[in-house]
Order: sequence, then structure tokens, then C-alpha cells
Amino acid sequence: MPVLIYIDHADGHIKKSSYELLSYGAGLAELLGTSAEGIILGTFPEDLSALGKYGVRKIHQVSQGHLNESDSQVLTQVLSEAVKQTGAQVMLFTNNITGKAIAPRLSARLKAGLVSGAVALPDISDGFVVRKNVFSGKAFANVKVQTEIKIISLNPNSFQPKEVGGTAEMVELFLSPVSSNLKIVSTEKASGEIPLSEAEIVVSGGRGLKGPENWGILLDLAKELGAATACSRPVADAHWRPHHEHVGQTGLAIAPNLYIAIGISGAIQHLAGVNRSKTIVVINKDPEAPFFKAADYGIVGDAFEVVPKITEAVKKLKSAH
Amino acid sequence: MNILVCISKTPDTTAKVAFKDKNTKFASEGVQWIINPYDEWYGLVRAIELKEKDPSIIIHLITVAGADADPIIRKALALGGDEAFRINVDSQDSYYVAAQVAAFAGQGRYDLLFTGRETIDYNGSSIGGMLAELLQLPYISLATQFELSGTIATVKREIEGGEETDQVSLPCVVSCQKGVAEQRIPNMKGIMGARTKPLKVLEAVAAESMTSIVSFELPPAKAGVKLVPADQPEELVRLLHEEAKLI
Ligand SMILES: Cc1cc2nc3c(=O)[nH]c(=O)nc-3n(C[C@H](O)[C@H](O)[C@H](O)COP(=O)(O)OP(=O)(O)OC[C@H]3O[C@@H](n4cnc5c(N)ncnc54)[C@H](O)[C@@H]3O)c2cc1C
Repeated sequence: MPVLIYIDHADGHIKKSSYELLSYGAGLAELLGTSAEGIILGTFPEDLSALGKYGVRKIHQVSQGHLNESDSQVLTQVLSEAVKQTGAQVMLFTNNITGKAIAPRLSARLKAGLVSGAVALPDISDGFVVRKNVFSGKAFANVKVQTEIKIISLNPNSFQPKEVGGTAEMVELFLSPVSSNLKIVSTEKASGEIPLSEAEIVVSGGRGLKGPENWGILLDLAKELGAATACSRPVADAHWRPHHEHVGQTGLAIAPNLYIAIGISGAIQHLAGVNRSKTIVVINKDPEAPFFKAADYGIVGDAFEVVPKITEAVKKLKSAH
Repeated sequence: MNILVCISKTPDTTAKVAFKDKNTKFASEGVQWIINPYDEWYGLVRAIELKEKDPSIIIHLITVAGADADPIIRKALALGGDEAFRINVDSQDSYYVAAQVAAFAGQGRYDLLFTGRETIDYNGSSIGGMLAELLQLPYISLATQFELSGTIATVKREIEGGEETDQVSLPCVVSCQKGVAEQRIPNMKGIMGARTKPLKVLEAVAAESMTSIVSFELPPAKAGVKLVPADQPEELVRLLHEEAKLI
């Protein structure tokens, strides 16, 4: 009755959040006195036995090429068979785009209770209780799962991956292929950018930057820090920045280790998308800006003067190391 | 063509989040309720836009909630939609709600089912996927664009670091987010018209819930901001490097 961990991949890369999930799964298996096993759907260019270092002893693979590009209906059917074949008692996903597409379907199919957006290992002292984010990061709920099979989707960046050593045995799972009447016509990816949901550092700009032509200072800082870029809603609405950069209550919710907010007032709806960041730095010329109340570090000053100086200081720090 | 739009009632985005009864219930006293923004701005408005192009389209709204949801259903009807249905039961968990909607929608009654990408209170992002599985329909999650040509839908959806374009023949379930439509404000004609549109109250079907909330917690308060003088940005970098160990 293993804990089964969904290993998410695209373009020949394992997603960083999957390493977190493997460690989370290993921790959960230990808690339940069972084994942690990975599952990967589709083909992958490399041997994955090295992923054993996160504490999984076995990785199941369904090497059917079409699964690299399949929709939620197909993936759900395949995973549902995999859960049955492996006898898994808990199935784990990352609460990312893939997890949001598949986990709810699988939950309904297997009649397995789902906790989405989990942030910690379950408490099994009285049943099976998982802590998750609710009210857009403003609170937590402890959710009890009552079904025999359980599904958890873990928020990215909420569990530290831990390397414990060892290798995993790769096992091919033979499942009958399934088809769907959804066709993926094309995918477009902004090349070279760090996806916002995976980024450890995010540099974000608001209306205080006055116009798209001023984004250079922010992009320079982001480049120096290896950070992804984000923005407030009015900035995306005004088409100063692309929509996928919009964070907040009605945009993307992120939880990087470091969130640097430049010229953003810190409206409650903005905070709802970024308040799970581990450390928040605010740069704003208004000392009364509400964002300072949610910040760990702040500079009251003009972004146009302060930000280039920060970039310089980061450069200096990097050349000194 | 028949479209079903799922509507949920959520606290206003500025509502104070607090709990009562030993932290087992949301303290809803004095809270303003709104239509979940993802349901209203994107799913509902897109359905209305489709009907504006093709008036033969029928739009039904559905919510699973007690009578206290009626004002937000009227507001949704003021934006558009032909008829609303309320399954008269307090929602228990995502699966319970999805099972109610699936039982209502039945097999083949709707060509298109819209949900919002998530509700802003429980952030489950689950109803759309569960509904699709219960009805055995394709599910396109986190849609950013939705176009219809006959019975073929072309949908753009968010993927990590980009966008995917899918084509699917109806029926299907779509969860909507920013990009699918632009927010609208109901006009006087809509508000007056909404009063006479039918709002039917139905009893719940038997369904299980698979999870339950044991308690809520508020995150610990922040220690307070450490301010660095504007003329010493290198000090901020030093703190982030040495104290926070982030860069
Ligand atoms: C239902 C609802 C949902 C919403 N969802 C979201 C959401 O998801 N995300 C979101 O971001 N917003 C959202 N909003 C909007 C939100 O309420 C705010 O209006 C928005 O976040 C403000 O954006 P801003 O901080 O960029 O702009 P402003 O509020 O205009 O703030 C600009 C800031 O820049 C500072 N500034 C100006 N010049 C400088 C300078 N030279 N140097 C340094 N600082 C400077 C100012 O002091 C000010 O604090 C939502 C609103 C509603 C009602």
C-alpha cells in the first residue's frame, strides 16, 4: 500500500516542484510505515533511477509516447489503473497546472478524498488531517480525509526537498492505451524565462513604475538575481506586461523564497497572491503604503533611484564570491 | 445550444478573515458576499458574449447553496443568463458540490459547462475536474481564451511558462480565468429584468462528502518590517545575503 508520487515533466525536464513532492512523499511514507514510489507517464530522455536520492525506492513508468502530450481525461484513466495496480493508499500531486487538471478528476473517479493546496505533512494522530491554504493565503484549514484512498496536491515551494541518498528501481507499468476527443493543437512557451510558479526569487512591479518603458530597471535586477518577473493587476490590465505575470487574488498565487515588490501599494487583493512568500521586500516611495505591513524588509524611496543601486550591489556581491 | 454556468458565493475580497466556534467556522457576521470573481468575470461573461453572437443559446446558472445565496444569483442574472437554479443545501466539500451539479446536468443536457478556476475562499480548483469526470467529459482547466465554431471549441489554456491551444468537440467542461472575458457591470435594464427571470429551487440528491474541515488557523503575524535607508541599498543586499541567506 505505497504512497504514489506523480513526477511531472515537460520538454525533457523534471519540474523542480516534483523534487519537493518526492521528499514529501518519502516523509509521508515513513509516517505511514510504508514505501514511497514515483510514477512518471510518457517517455523521458534520461534514466531516472537517480531520483532515488529523495527517498523513493521504486519508480513506475508508463512509456507510451502519447502520454507526454495528453489531456486530463486520458491521464486520469491511466493513473487510476496505476493506483489500482500498485495498491497505493495515497496519491500525491503538485498543486500546479498539471495537478489542478488531474487530481480532481482522479478524486471523483476513485472516490478518493482530495486536499488541494496542502502545505504540510498530514497529522495522523487522529485520522488523516492535512493542512491547506484557504482564503487566498489569509488562513489555513485542517482538512480530514475520510476515504480509504487519499489524494493530496502539495503547493509548490512549501516543502524543502531533502536528499537522503540511494537509487530507485525503474519498473515499466503496462496499461492499455486510452484515447480522448481532445486534441492539443499547439503549445507556446516563452523561451529562456523562469516560470513564475517555479521561481525562487520574484521581482514584481506595480503602477509606481509609471509605464512599460521603465521596466528595464526591474528586468536588470531580475536578471542579476536569476529571478522571474511579475506585476500587479492594473499593470497587466494596461498591457504594460503580459497577463501571465499578473499575481494576486485574481491572478497567479505564488510562494517564492523572496518576493521583491517595486512600486506596488500592497492592496489586499494583491497580497492574497503573494503573502505566502517566505521573505518580502518592498520598495515604495510612500512610507504609508500598506505593503510595508506585510514586508520583512523595506526601503522608502524612489524606485528609479533605488533599484539600479540594488542591482549594482548584487553585482558587486556576486563578483566578490 | 445550452450552457451551464456554475456560480459560487464568496466573501468580498476585502472581507476580514476570522473564525468562530473554536476556530471551526468562518465568522461571516458583517461580511459582504459577492459572486466568486472567476465565475462572474470570466465564465458568466463569456457565456453572455456567446449568446450575444448567437441568441439561440440558452444560459442556465447553477449554485449549490442555501437561500442566503439568492442575492448573488439575482446579481448574476442581472448580468445575463436565462434561468437560474439553486440546489438548496449547504455545500460540504468539493466532491459533494460537484456531485449535485453533475446530477442536475445529467447526461447530455448541456453542451458547455463553465466553472471559475477556483473560489477565492476555499481555493479548491476542484469542482470543474470532478464534474467532468462524473459526466465523463473532456476538461480544459485554467482557460485563458475560448472560441466556438459550430460544435468545436478552440481553447487556450495556461501551462507552466506558456500557453497551450486545445481543440475539442462539445460537450466539455471548462474552468475559466483571466483572458477568457472582460469584467462587466450590470446595467439598469439587466437589474430590472433579473427580477422576473426564473430562479428555481431544487432539493439536493444523496451524495457523499469525502473530506471535512476540522479547524481553521490564522498565519502567525509578521515580526514587522526592517527598514533600510534609501541611500544605503547595499545594506539591503547585505541583509538578504547574510541574514536572510536568500541571495
Ligand atoms: C475583486 C478584485 C480583485 C483584484 N485582484 C487583484 C490581483 O489579483 N492582483 C492585484 O495586483 N490587484 C488586484 N486588484 C486591484 C487592487 O485592489 C489594487 O488596485 C492593485 O493591486 C493596485 O496596483 P498597484 O499597487 O500596482 O498600483 P497603485 O495602488 O496605484 O500603487 C502604486 C504604488 O507605487 C508607489 N509609487 C509611485 N511612484 C513610485 C516611485 N517612483 N518609486 C516607488 N514607489 C512608487 C505608490 O506609492 C503606490 O504605493 C483587485 C481588485 C478587486 C476589487
